[in-house]
Amino acid sequence: MQILNLSETVNFMRLRIPTMILSTCLIIGSLVSLGVNSLNWGLDFTGGTLIEVGYSQSADLTKIRHELTAANFEDAVVQNFGTSEDVLIRISPREGVKAATIGNQVLEALRADGSDVEMRRIEFVGPNVGDELTEQGGLAMLVALLCILVYVAMRFEWRFSLGSVAALVHDVILTLGLFSFLQIEFDLTVLAALLAVIGYSLNDTIVVCDRIRENFRKIRKAEPVEVINISLTQTLSRTVITSLTTILVLVALYYKGGALIHGFATALLFGVVVGTYSSIYIASSVALALGISKEDLIPPQVEKEGQDMDSLL
Amino acid sequence: MLNQNSIWKVLLVIVIIGLCTLYALPNIYGEDNAVQISAGRDGNVTVQMVDDVKKTLADNNITPKRIEFENEQILVRLNDSDAQLRARELLETSLGTNYSVAMNLAADTPQWLEELGGTPMKLGLDLRGGVHFLMEVDMSEAISKSLEDAQDNFRTALREEKLRYRTVQQRENHVDIHFRDEETLEKAQFFLRNRNPDLTFEEVDDMVLRASFSEAKLQGIRENAVKQNITIIRNRVNQLGVAEPLVQKQGADRIVVQLPGIQDTARAKEILNATATLEFRLVDQDNDVRDALNGRVPAGSQVIEDQQGRPQLLEKRIMLTGNHIIDANSGVDEYGIPQVNISLDSEGGNKMSRTTRGNIGKPMATVFIEYKSTGERNADGKLVFEKHEEVISVATIQAQLGSSFRITGLDSPKEARDLSLLLRAGALIAPIQIVEERTVGPSLGKENIELGMQAILWGLAAVLVFMLIYYKAFGLVANFALLTNLVIIIGVMSMIPGATLTLPGMAGIVLTVGMAVDANVLIFERIREEIRDGRSPQQAIHQGYDSAFSTILDANITTFIAGLILFAVGTGPIKGFSITLMIGIATSMFTAIVVTRVIVNAVWGGRKVKKLAI
Repeated sequence: MQILNLSETVNFMRLRIPTMILSTCLIIGSLVSLGVNSLNWGLDFTGGTLIEVGYSQSADLTKIRHELTAANFEDAVVQNFGTSEDVLIRISPREGVKAATIGNQVLEALRADGSDVEMRRIEFVGPNVGDELTEQGGLAMLVALLCILVYVAMRFEWRFSLGSVAALVHDVILTLGLFSFLQIEFDLTVLAALLAVIGYSLNDTIVVCDRIRENFRKIRKAEPVEVINISLTQTLSRTVITSLTTILVLVALYYKGGALIHGFATALLFGVVVGTYSSIYIASSVALALGISKEDLIPPQVEKEGQDMDSLL
Repeated sequence: MLNQNSIWKVLLVIVIIGLCTLYALPNIYGEDNAVQISAGRDGNVTVQMVDDVKKTLADNNITPKRIEFENEQILVRLNDSDAQLRARELLETSLGTNYSVAMNLAADTPQWLEELGGTPMKLGLDLRGGVHFLMEVDMSEAISKSLEDAQDNFRTALREEKLRYRTVQQRENHVDIHFRDEETLEKAQFFLRNRNPDLTFEEVDDMVLRASFSEAKLQGIRENAVKQNITIIRNRVNQLGVAEPLVQKQGADRIVVQLPGIQDTARAKEILNATATLEFRLVDQDNDVRDALNGRVPAGSQVIEDQQGRPQLLEKRIMLTGNHIIDANSGVDEYGIPQVNISLDSEGGNKMSRTTRGNIGKPMATVFIEYKSTGERNADGKLVFEKHEEVISVATIQAQLGSSFRITGLDSPKEARDLSLLLRAGALIAPIQIVEERTVGPSLGKENIELGMQAILWGLAAVLVFMLIYYKAFGLVANFALLTNLVIIIGVMSMIPGATLTLPGMAGIVLTVGMAVDANVLIFERIREEIRDGRSPQQAIHQGYDSAFSTILDANITTFIAGLILFAVGTGPIKGFSITLMIGIATSMFTAIVVTRVIVNAVWGGRKVKKLAI
């Protein structure tokens, strides 16, 4: 079976300018959304108390809110989590109350009227831990990008390196933008997913760059744009198939993996789609814009030691 | 002929797959609901107890699956969670407070596998339920305590040298010594400098000598505070009788405590939260308690109430802190009077013998100090602690004390037992505070596993079907590699002692399933290209594997770098995810390149093939 049977080279680079404009707009849109809406930071980053409880029947959210207000938790955010029986309650950190006991107080308040409430999960994170995590998460991302920049520059060429990192930054900003736009909670698992997106997108970009490098060396007479078009066409079916199998699995994760992992699956699903697009358009366009040429990729002639010396024998 | 297998390569593949399958096996046996009995305060778990346990259970119609005695612990395996609950209650009442009885999940690995070192993957708290605490050590308190020590040292040393000083005052991070004249200051500075190499001395004002800790010493104090607290918390956790507790340092001043399977969180917190320390001080007999209560507290003394609320006037000077206690146990003397026997480390012993020499016949008080968080924070965002002091015993010093002595004058054997327990559990060098707490209920843990497994199975099925349709016979080979990959991941995870499977880790495995086919897709697409370019099947296979190799290597190494960074800077769920990601990358490269090559060579290699089913 063959999904894509391309006998002719597709002129991907013809869409170079429109896609550049599209990507720029999307990046600006994401940044604006991040600036205006910010991210809906999860408990790990903000600190506070999160309580997941299970009721034996459908939970009455209004009643729960009343019960919590009566127990002096006016700021509690109450929402269903996964099913109508499961309820997630979030309480921001507060002054003067021993934070670690809030979970028990909430449980008591909910059980006061005799309803059958089961504690499923209580998490309490101090605000200073949260601050640290925000720093650490950002740092992790930066260090990862930097190391990748160096590795690709060493193995390939600096133009590819900048191109692939540009693609990564593009993917990360767009995914963050989506989370900010839809106000999906951004927690530690989403951060892990984002870093996996970096890994995935990179994987994709490297495969394309690798082929471009190979073709530059193999095809004697061709313009850079042509070489890139040929390379993209050759790797297209692989790019599509890998994305497809990954997406298949992520869809299974989204629908079967449970509510706890929804954010993770969403981030990765979006990231894989954007990553596939960026590996086709962003990385190569950037490398092209930076003036990648055949000469840059021909391996330099290694001078052997003593090559220019007369033989001693 | 092209594409033939070398024997060593085939052997390597068989050995690796075989080994990983073997070590992945324990995971399919599941876990037993179990009850674990370990020694508490004064109890001792012996083999003989097994019979008592058997009898207690039999009397109540509970048939255990198996009872094991190992490492001075008894593990009772039961058939279901109902029996587990009932057995725990029964055993708890029948054994009394000298033993701790904890509910537990014990791996049901068959004997022969266990002997080969086979254990199932460790499950994270999010998958098995339990409590996670992150604790912070109050460093300012640890440093201030060391300064207090230094201050006492200065006083004694200067007095011994007959160097007259006006006052010795402890400030926030230094000690100021005021002198009457410049000459004494110079002499004192020279003398103290020689005696205290890890302190820095400087003359700050006229006739004021300031001593502060060097950076290296401060570092040492911080490290020591964390280390000692870890030891003490470990002791306390052991009292809970948790199967696989984790007590670990994180960062400069934090300690992670994980108690898997613990369901009684209130009790866990109570025991861990008891941030207590002990001090021995002399009772001030020269002054009257009543005067002190009326506001005339002598400069060197302090009023502290005892457990009955009676005020006691104690000297401020500390003879010894609880840090030097090695062991303590309770008993009765020849007249049946309760007592506590204490052993000190050598430094503590020296200190004790020095301070008791001149104080024989005088009463000595043991002060119990507890730091309780008020829940408030100061300007720096640090929690504010309240010091709560209480005299727990007053005993007369009968003779010069050495590194082992006893405390008498206790009201009851129970008090003696409680005191010895507190002394044994150790005194925290600095107060700790829980800054993060996560509790996952056992039902949620179970649900997480089920959902994760379902996701893996559905994703796997989708990929398997797709690959089979798309690449036909070669798809079958890739599918075999994919399944092998899963088994190897599980095997490797089970073999690595530090690897823990968490929910994000499961997600990592799911992701690996999707991405693992990438290497095969790369190879197969190359083979197709080569065939389109008119090469013979054998040539195409050879060329396909060859030219895809460097691409796969580069792509995977970069992803691996990302995983490595995640592991280095991440905590908890991120670490869990990065471990499975890295293992997944390594194993999927092995299966996609080496394993499939061996199969492809075995099936198509070394013979005339007209057409490839790809």
